[in-house]
Amino acid sequence: MLGRIEQKVLRGGRLTPEEALALFETDDIHLLGRLADTAAERRSRGRAYFVQNRHINHTNLCLNRCRFCAFSRSKGERGAFELSTEEVLERLEGSPEGLSELHMVGGLHPEWPFEHYLELLRAVKERFPRLGIKAFTAVEVDHFSRISGLSLRETLARLKESGLDLMPGGGAEIFSEGVRKRLCPEKITAERWLEVHRTAHELGIRTNATMLYGHIESYADRVDHMIRLRRLQDDTGGFQAFIPLSYHPFNTEIRGGRPSGIDDLRTIAVSRLVLDNFDHIKAYWVMLGEKLTQVALLFGADDIDGTVVEEKITHAAGALTSEGLTREALIGLIRGAGKVPVERDAFYRELNLYGDRYEDRQGDGAEAPDRFRTARARQ
Amino acid sequence: MRKRLHPEGVVTFVVDRNINYTNVCINRCRFCAYYRGPDSPEAFVLGRDELFRKIEETLEEGGTQILLQGGLHPGLDLSFYLEMLRSIKERFDINIHGFSPPEIHYIAGRANLTVGETLQSLRDAGLDSIPGGGAEILSDRVRQVLSPRKIRSAEWLEVMEEAHRLGMRTTATMMFGSVEGPEDIVEHLDALRGLQDRTGGFTAFIPWSFQPKNTELGETVQDRPLGAGGAEYLRIVAVSRLYLDNFPNIQASWVTQGIKMAQVALRFGANDFGSTMIEENVVRAAGVSYRASRRGIVDAIRSAGFKPAQRDTHYNIIRRL
Ligand code: SF4
Ligand code: SF4
Repeated sequence: MLGRIEQKVLRGGRLTPEEALALFETDDIHLLGRLADTAAERRSRGRAYFVQNRHINHTNLCLNRCRFCAFSRSKGERGAFELSTEEVLERLEGSPEGLSELHMVGGLHPEWPFEHYLELLRAVKERFPRLGIKAFTAVEVDHFSRISGLSLRETLARLKESGLDLMPGGGAEIFSEGVRKRLCPEKITAERWLEVHRTAHELGIRTNATMLYGHIESYADRVDHMIRLRRLQDDTGGFQAFIPLSYHPFNTEIRGGRPSGIDDLRTIAVSRLVLDNFDHIKAYWVMLGEKLTQVALLFGADDIDGTVVEEKITHAAGALTSEGLTREALIGLIRGAGKVPVERDAFYRELNLYGDRYEDRQGDGAEAPDRFRTARARQ
Repeated sequence: MRKRLHPEGVVTFVVDRNINYTNVCINRCRFCAYYRGPDSPEAFVLGRDELFRKIEETLEEGGTQILLQGGLHPGLDLSFYLEMLRSIKERFDINIHGFSPPEIHYIAGRANLTVGETLQSLRDAGLDSIPGGGAEILSDRVRQVLSPRKIRSAEWLEVMEEAHRLGMRTTATMMFGSVEGPEDIVEHLDALRGLQDRTGGFTAFIPWSFQPKNTELGETVQDRPLGAGGAEYLRIVAVSRLYLDNFPNIQASWVTQGIKMAQVALRFGANDFGSTMIEENVVRAAGVSYRASRRGIVDAIRSAGFKPAQRDTHYNIIRRL
């Protein structure tokens, strides 16, 4: 089976769910890494991306209180916080020059009306017109639609009008219904999550997709998750990046092991191979640690997120990586994997290239076709 | 290669405690965040009561060895070390894995004895085996930059050779990721392989990477603010597994690389997870803090797809888990 898969990958063929499962089950992570790296090199031509970004969590008050979430609080509980629009702006003022992406997510606030979020977007956009705003997971958008009584499409249209550029991929967790029911019954269903992203794509809002793995799901559940994303991406082309999230069991109600470093690499590699219609696979260094992230760049990832000034959610769950990395550190990390560091903006436009290898590679092929635009033109 | 030497997929670990008897050190190595001058307010020499308490705790946790190390303290002489060893052995049945070559060399110099004589008396007082620290990179060109006051390569190797001749087993380490080049690493591995061919006294090789935080050297190695990356670490583990064909064990360093990287290293040639390290002051001073307990280590080995087994200092398996 593996030999056949290898041939298929080298030809650029699409993997079936059975083949994806076989890749998860193989012990030969070296072969897996080689294949995934080949697939990644083919599309990114040796480049690996980082961004100067900032994470802001506007509130950790949340109506949902998912059982694996170490971040959320109820009103009045110790450590609860809510940032006013002014406070969000103040934090951004203090950010370094060259910041190009804001990643803003939060809990489902029990009182704030929809208008509050629109105002927040408008205020940020007005003060920082060049900043790409990536905000609100599908879970939050669904919440907005319920509190405002608007349709999903209308809700997203308003958000976009007010300045929303992109949506992060959070809240996907794992799609498989049985597991989802045990892991996070409080959360929107898989169908709803996909519907929110489909609608966003239809309105021209690009999004990311995540997968939370290493808790109680099986490899088959991971494959199912990826296949559902691949199907939606075939229809819309609106996903920018896929981000596998390694489960952190500390401080949360669902315990159990935590994925091994080998499992992390395997998941990244398989996702690179299965998600042939995704441009980017992100190894999120805050979750994986700097060292493993570098290795992930040789296992199919081509993006390591960014300077990340603030990251409350993972750290609340006990991740032990440092809170922010400088640009130099990110460049060094990428170089150490033998890739060419490229600073990108929120839309993956290339801002700075570091390294001579890029020049050599520029002739290798034309820019990757913009699938999103092609797909939208088809509609 | 790993599979050939360790076909059952067993990964071993030792339950032990790292006890630092003093942080005073005259060497002032440029990569070290741990040492203090003798007059520093943070300087200490561990008292007996505390030493014994730590050993008791280690035994209670099922420990079989202590790793006893310290700086080169100008105020301590051979009798201090001998008494420390005797006092431990009188009270406890535990393996003392102690004193890296720089310490032994220093103790010998101050006592006006040869290295062989010094080792002999330390052994008679209860020293069982010797950790491979202070090797850094066994290339004097690199040592000149890293640790100009520390013993040279030849002296490090001499201490080990003498120890092996006296029947003591030792480990060997390598600290990479600072200023060395690939040829220095090969020189290092080659020196170890050569000595191992003569004596067979090394039990394991332990590569670990320079931790730049809080060190003098870290401030000057600016182009790699994070130190050596994960990719480089795995390459070194793999190369050393292939080159050191006469070393039975290669140890993954979760203390410096993190648990996840150590797990990956098991697929790149490592077969030992080191120790549960109840305490690790030297590395912690350099700002790395990877937490792990014995349960954590066992789970980590298992979730990486291997069978965990507790071993003793000599890599004999005590029990499979
Ligand atoms: S995971 Fe999200 S939705 Fe669930 S409790 Fe945490 S913040 Fe709320
Ligand atoms: S590395 Fe060892 S010899 Fe060098 S300064 Fe630190 S304690 Fe002293």
